[in-house]
Amino acid sequence: MPRSLMQPEFLVQRDKERCIECKTCVRQCGFGVHEYEEARGVLVSNDSECVSCRRCVVFCPTGALQIKKNEAYRENSYWTEDRLRDLRRQAEFGGTLLTGMGCDRTYPIYFDHILLNASQVTNPPIDPLREPIETRVYIGRRPEKPVPASASGCGIPLTGMPMQVSAEVPAAVSAEMPCEMPKGAATVELGEMAKGPTTVESGEMATEMPPAVKLEIPVIFSAMSFGSISKNAILSIARAAASLGTMFNTGEGGMHRDLEPYKDHMIVQVASGRFGVDPSYLNAGRIIEIKIGQGAKPGIGGHLPGEKVGEEIALTRGIPRGSDAISPAPHHDIYSIEDLRQLIYTAKEATEYRKPVSVKIAAVHNVAAIASGAARAGADIIAVDGLRGGTGAAPKMIRDNVGLPIELAISAVDRRLRREGLREKVFLIAGGGIRCSADLAKIICLGADAAYIGTAALLALGCHLCHKCYTGNCSWGIATQNPYLTRRINPELGSQRLINLLTAWSHELKEIMGAMGINAIESLRGNRLQLRGVGLPENELRELEIKQAGEAM
Amino acid sequence: MVAHYGLVGCSTRLLCGVNSVLSRHDNQDLHYEDFEGRIRIPSGCAIAGLINRKGELTSGHTIAEMMAVMHERSNGLGAGYAGYGIYPDRSDSYAFHLILADEWIQQEVEVILSRAFSMESKEEIPVKRIGAYKQAPLVWRYFCSPRCSPWMADGETDADELLLKTTMRINRLAPRATVMSCGKNMGVFKGVGYPEEIAEFFRIDEYQGYSWIGHGRFPTNTPGWWGGAHPFSIGEIAVVHNGELSSYGANKNYLESCSYELSLQTDTEVMAYAVHYLRSQGYSWGLIAAIFAPPHWSDIDRMGDREREFYTALRRAYGGLLMNGPFSIIVAFSGGLMALNDRLKLRPLIAGTSGDFLYMASEEAAIRQVCERLDTLKPLEAGEALIGLVEEESRCHVA
Amino acid sequence: MKRVHCNLEFCVNCHLCEVYCTLAHSPYNDLVAAFKGGAHPEPARLFVEERRPASFAVQCRHCDDPYCVTSCLTGALYKEESSGRVLYLQGKCIGCGTCLVACPYGAIKRRMKPDGHFTIVKCDLCPDRTRPACVEACPNLALKYEEREQMNP
Repeated sequence: MPRSLMQPEFLVQRDKERCIECKTCVRQCGFGVHEYEEARGVLVSNDSECVSCRRCVVFCPTGALQIKKNEAYRENSYWTEDRLRDLRRQAEFGGTLLTGMGCDRTYPIYFDHILLNASQVTNPPIDPLREPIETRVYIGRRPEKPVPASASGCGIPLTGMPMQVSAEVPAAVSAEMPCEMPKGAATVELGEMAKGPTTVESGEMATEMPPAVKLEIPVIFSAMSFGSISKNAILSIARAAASLGTMFNTGEGGMHRDLEPYKDHMIVQVASGRFGVDPSYLNAGRIIEIKIGQGAKPGIGGHLPGEKVGEEIALTRGIPRGSDAISPAPHHDIYSIEDLRQLIYTAKEATEYRKPVSVKIAAVHNVAAIASGAARAGADIIAVDGLRGGTGAAPKMIRDNVGLPIELAISAVDRRLRREGLREKVFLIAGGGIRCSADLAKIICLGADAAYIGTAALLALGCHLCHKCYTGNCSWGIATQNPYLTRRINPELGSQRLINLLTAWSHELKEIMGAMGINAIESLRGNRLQLRGVGLPENELRELEIKQAGEAM
Repeated sequence: MVAHYGLVGCSTRLLCGVNSVLSRHDNQDLHYEDFEGRIRIPSGCAIAGLINRKGELTSGHTIAEMMAVMHERSNGLGAGYAGYGIYPDRSDSYAFHLILADEWIQQEVEVILSRAFSMESKEEIPVKRIGAYKQAPLVWRYFCSPRCSPWMADGETDADELLLKTTMRINRLAPRATVMSCGKNMGVFKGVGYPEEIAEFFRIDEYQGYSWIGHGRFPTNTPGWWGGAHPFSIGEIAVVHNGELSSYGANKNYLESCSYELSLQTDTEVMAYAVHYLRSQGYSWGLIAAIFAPPHWSDIDRMGDREREFYTALRRAYGGLLMNGPFSIIVAFSGGLMALNDRLKLRPLIAGTSGDFLYMASEEAAIRQVCERLDTLKPLEAGEALIGLVEEESRCHVA
Repeated sequence: MKRVHCNLEFCVNCHLCEVYCTLAHSPYNDLVAAFKGGAHPEPARLFVEERRPASFAVQCRHCDDPYCVTSCLTGALYKEESSGRVLYLQGKCIGCGTCLVACPYGAIKRRMKPDGHFTIVKCDLCPDRTRPACVEACPNLALKYEEREQMNP
């Protein structure tokens, strides 16, 4: 091959004045950019290998390094640098363009065109430091009519706040107004003014409650497999989930034995490759998730190149060492919705109906109908993954051009499920592009019960969004299996960062809810009246079912 | 607490309110959203209720008097009353109280009504059309009994279902036609004005009931129009409400997926339908209170196993009907009243008893106005429900 | 006593502990100055050994019964009773290197002073700080300063 026409994407700039030649950059770069030339005694940089992961910039103790974008291409507003670079690369190498993490193109970000409401005068805002604001949700199918209409006595305090007996009230004047309930529901000891606790005389459950798992904050760590990310990264996430009272998801890579202590906070995923899936795996976690697709690459299965499949991964996935772990695009036992139903019930049978079953789908054009089908097929939870959802490896054209923004997808799914009377039965998780607590509040108002975060969690662990996960050279020790790099995530520190992040989000979510005058998350869910659109055309407002900013209640 | 404020200055405000509302009723293209934001004076509302446990009848004068004391809590943009036991001679018929813009819409409404009900009699509700009320909309009542309807499956005559569907069909015509109430032996009287003016307009003192609720409105989020006044009623249930539901959007979603149509643009409609829905599920009043204003998770976590399980189940199933935001409500139903405060006690509500009477009101002054010597007096706690029922042996009065 | 312990599993081979050790023992407050301000930067008192993928920061273990103190020809090395630290007197050290040989961890180094004489350098646990500079600088919590049953990591 003659001289390459490729130009480095980034330029490393070293301030010689500040550089103390400690060689931290040399040792930290996962891509071999920096080098110490013994002969000349100088540090040099090979710009063409630089991916701008900024590991060297963050670690340089004197701040001597900067990474600049290289303006090497003659771009115009149609042929942007990105397009030119990709085209050149393909002209030289002839392959599918690969990338990692989520879509980074300039599609509209609806989150940034939605404003939240707050209370003034007519409805007092609530101070989360003084009053409880509840963010707890139960993930699983909602019970239908859990309490029987007819009661049998066991005397449960009506509200946990027994009626106060006024001191002035003489016992004789217990103005008893007896209780006579239509429809034979004699359940309340009622409104006498001076009688002890008011009670609901019923503690019997009408039906057995469908299985569910308690989340103290409506944020779940989304599926990231052992393979796509390092064991230390997964351990960080698992520990954080356990400490925060939420869940993490094994992804399709099976369950590493070190995750045993965190089983009670684990969602086990079953994807089309079925790696590591057996009854003990299904029974290990609290929730089973059937992955149909993911937002970063709808219609494409997971790919793990054989080079990454070392001893540990081979053991966990149940495949030979060094073999490619290629998940097929579809589940080869699901070619239709009735097949999905069979798999859902296979999973339920295998776990004796003790685990909620989730179906994860990518947000595609027909997402609402697919979600409705999944709900009817028996899914207790539906997870919808939007356009911005991340991945360890995906064809760039798919990642950047297929799917729907999660805001529109969740709104459509929520609307469809409501219209079909299914919404109150299933639990809806939104994933793919949740960046902050305001995004979280907005997606809940648009109809989600909880959100999946993947990219945000990895950012907390150190990821700098270089989009090179597929190379396995992650300098931050996240998307790699190289033992020299994986040690860069210390689960003790990683989990603390994740705990800090979600604790902060939780505080902020409570502030947002309190400002709205809402003290329970269930009153936020689908509450689009708390949202207003700015700078959105009417059809988009209609899709999101929100009003224009300026319109009143 | 609150003295008996005079009525000085109210009539001008009343005129603004009524005139603007009425004049615009002539416009066929009227959308009541148009009123939104025109008058936005933030404050609360006044609510009151009374019940006699022996089922003995009281004149509507008493509740009107209670409401008049709390004049300052409303702004003349809506008031209303519901009386129970007011039609003892016609207690087997469903009494439809209707607000109608004109005779043309009345014909339309009668068509809807007659598809599900046979009309036994109809009459204009006797009113005093004086002053601004000369232009008040038509108010009519129809005594009906249900019959097989094209909306129902063959042979099915679930009266409750018929009432609900008929009411929702008529309310679709809002603001030109709205159903004030449609229950047996009860009726709602409401409109734009101060409570005492509405009482006078509807000649409320000429009715006798064993239980009454009243409301004076200070509308903020929704416009002041006749159909938007309280009480909101569906079937035997009537609700008066002081508050604002931050959870409106979530509650609306829940009720709409239970096939309720929400057309009246107000939080209280949600309350009324939610009560109706839960009653149709056979739930007791105590359970309804526990669903509207459930204990906090921190309290639930401290309960014993069975209780914890019970409340967890309730919250999991009915999170969509949790009423968030400040409210005090009085729900009236056949044979009883339920008062309930929000989970944080953000709105006033106090109850007192005297002999066979149970009174509830936003302010103590309203109770003291009609009953100086009380046996007991108690403000409701956060999330606390108070249920007053007519004694079983006195139910014959009620029926 | 509290010692610096290195976790082999999480040492990322960045050598920032060395860099900040130098700063802590230099007369300057600025890193660039500490390395470039004078003719000879202060040497680090600990050093990272690597055999990839693993790396490990080695520094004086401040042994309970230190061989280096026993072996010292001039009595320069001593164990401070109050703190447990193993220290040495600059004036007495002749830079003979006996302690280097005696130390089972290889935690002592020798260097030439500006006057041409030799002396040793070793960890002093940063007596002026609440936590040693290396521990504070470690980006991955691989270095910890704490009391443990076992003296070695």
